[in-house]
Amino acid sequence: MIDPLTGEYKVLGPDQTFKSVTAKISDIVLTPKTALGWFALFSVGGAVATLVLVAVTWLFLKGVGIWAITQPVAWGFAIINFVWWIGIGHAGTLISAILLLFKQGWRNSINRFAEAMTIFAVVCAGLFPLIHVGRPWLAYWLFPYPNTMNVWPQFRSPLLWDVFAVSTYASVSIIFWYLGMVPDFGTLRDRATWPIAKYFYGLLSLGWRGSVRHWMRYETASLLLAGLATPLVLSVHTVISFDFAVAVLPGWHTTIFPPYFVAGAIYSGFAMVLTLAIPLRKFYHLEHLVTERHIDNMGKVMLGTGLIVAYGYGMEVFMSWYSASHWEFFMMWNRMFGPMGWSYGILIFCNIAFPLTTLWVRKLRTNIAFMFLVSIIVNTGMWFERFVIVVTSLYRDFLPSSWGTYRATKWDYMTYVGTLGLFTALFLLFVRFLPMIPMNEIKMMLPSAKITPKKAVGAGD
Amino acid sequence: MPVAQEGTYGVLAEFETPSDLVRAAQAAYHDGWRRMDCYTPYPVEEAAEAIGFHKNRVPLITLVGGLMGLCAMFSLETWISTLAYPLNIGGRPTYSWPAFIIPAYEWTILFAGFSAALGMFAMNGLPSLYHPLFNAPNFRTGATDDKFFLCLEATDPKFEVAGAKAYLAAFAPTSVVEVEY
Repeated sequence: MIDPLTGEYKVLGPDQTFKSVTAKISDIVLTPKTALGWFALFSVGGAVATLVLVAVTWLFLKGVGIWAITQPVAWGFAIINFVWWIGIGHAGTLISAILLLFKQGWRNSINRFAEAMTIFAVVCAGLFPLIHVGRPWLAYWLFPYPNTMNVWPQFRSPLLWDVFAVSTYASVSIIFWYLGMVPDFGTLRDRATWPIAKYFYGLLSLGWRGSVRHWMRYETASLLLAGLATPLVLSVHTVISFDFAVAVLPGWHTTIFPPYFVAGAIYSGFAMVLTLAIPLRKFYHLEHLVTERHIDNMGKVMLGTGLIVAYGYGMEVFMSWYSASHWEFFMMWNRMFGPMGWSYGILIFCNIAFPLTTLWVRKLRTNIAFMFLVSIIVNTGMWFERFVIVVTSLYRDFLPSSWGTYRATKWDYMTYVGTLGLFTALFLLFVRFLPMIPMNEIKMMLPSAKITPKKAVGAGD
Repeated sequence: MPVAQEGTYGVLAEFETPSDLVRAAQAAYHDGWRRMDCYTPYPVEEAAEAIGFHKNRVPLITLVGGLMGLCAMFSLETWISTLAYPLNIGGRPTYSWPAFIIPAYEWTILFAGFSAALGMFAMNGLPSLYHPLFNAPNFRTGATDDKFFLCLEATDPKFEVAGAKAYLAAFAPTSVVEVEY
C-alpha cells in the first residue's frame, strides 16, 4: 500500500507520531512494573539455563568422554550446535546490514532485536568449540601470542580461520549493536525518572545530544559498519563450511558447501527472528510497529533462501551420482536409507517439503499462527541438517570394520537444551532493559519526518 | 569539545517540525552565522546541509584502520609461518599466502569496524557526559524525543545575546532560551 504523504510503501501502522513512538518503545523499558509473564518466562529460561551450568561443570570435572563422541563419530553435538547457533545469528546481521544497504526501510522495526538475537546466538555458539577443545582453560592457546613454549598457531588450518572469523564476527556485531543503541540510550536517559536508571542510561549514552554533525558522522559510521558486516557475515559461515569442505571425507568434501551453508544460516536465522518477533509483538502490543508486512517479507526471504538450500541438497545428491565415486555414492545411499535415514527424512520434511510448498501462499504468510509454526519447523529442520552433515558422513566410513553409530548422551542433550534456556534468559533481559526497537530509525520513517520544500524564511535565495 | 567557561554558551530555539528547523538553519547560514548547530531526535540530513556540514572524515579513518588490520595480520602470519615457527605440513610451502588471506581478511574487517565506531565517537567528542545544552530544561525533555533545536553559539563573531534572541524569534519558534555554561 502506498502512503499518499510520503509516496513510499507503508510499513508502520497508522497514526504514529514522534511522541507516540518514543513513548511506546521507551515505556517498555522504563516502566517500574515488570509484567508477571516476564518473570514467569525468565524463571523458566533461567531454570533451563542452569542445565548448561551443570553439564559444563561435570564436563570440566570429567572431560569430553561424558559426551557420545568417539571413533568414528568424533564430532557430535558440540559441532552441530555450534554451526546451528552461528547460523541463527546470521539473520540478525543480514537484517541490520544487508537490508540497510539495500535501503529496505521495513527492516528498521526488527533490526535491533534481530541484532540482539545475533549476539546471544553467538554467545551460545562460542561456548561449544571452547568446551569441545578438551582443556577449556587453555582455550587461549588458539590465539597467536608470544609464549614461553615458543609455539605458534598453524595458519593453514580452517579451524584456526574459524577462531578469527567467529571472534571478529562477535566483536563487530557487538559494536554495531551498541552503536545503534547510543542515541536511544540518550532518549532513555532523558525520559527516565528513576535516578539509577538516569545514571546508567546516561553513562551508556556517552552524552549523546543529537547534534546533526554527530548524526551525520554516526550515519556514515553505521553505513560503513553495514558495508563491513555484509562481507563478514558471508565469510563467517563460509569459513565454518571450510571446516568440513577442506576435509577429504565423502559428504563433506564439496565445493557447494560455502554458499549452501550461508543460505541455510539465513534461512534458520529468519525462522528464529519470527519465533521471537511473533510472541514479542503480541505481548508488548507492538502490532503497529512490527506489522503483518514484516512477517510477510520475512516469509519471502525464507522462501528464497529455502530454495537455495533445496538446490544445495539437490546438488549434493546429484554430485554423489555424477562423481562416479563409490564412496560418495554409498555415503548418500547410507544417509538416505541407512540406519539413520530417519534424520534425513526429518530434514527434507522440515526444510523443503513443508515450508517451501506453503510459503508461496500470501494468505499463509500473513497468518501469524501459521508463520510461528513454520519458524519452529524450519529451526528443527536446520538443526537436523547439521546433524545429517556431521553424523551421517562420519559413522560409516571407508572400512566396514570401523563402522559405528552415534547415540547422544544425557550430557549432550543437557548442554544443548541448556543453551536454549541461556538464549531465552539473555533475550528476556535485553527486552526488559534495552530498547528493543530503534526509536530514531522508526522516527525517520514517519510521514512527519518529511521535509516540506519551502523557501527559507527571511532569506534572499 | 567546549571547555567549561563562564557566561553564555549560546541561544537555543525550539521548533515543532523538522521543516521549520531546516528553513531557519538555511536562513541563518545565509545571513552569515557559522558557529551554530542543530539538534534533532533522528538524523536530518537537510539540517546538516543547511549549516554547511557536507562531509566527514569517518570513511578515511575506517580505511586506514582496515589497512592496518590487513597488514598486521598478514605480516604476523608470514613471520610466524616462515621464521618464528615454520611447520612442514605435507611438504606445503611455509609461505602459503592463499591460506593467510582468510585471517587477514577478518582482521581487516575487525580493525575497520572498530576504527569506524571509535573514530566516529572520537570526532564527535564523545563520551562527554556534560554539555551546557543539558542546562536548558526544554532541551532535556525534547531533543531526543520530538523537538528540533537550532543553537547559535556565543563563539560566533556576530553573536550578542539580545541580537541573537531577536534574530531567532523571527522564525516563530516555540521558544527561545539563553543557555549558560
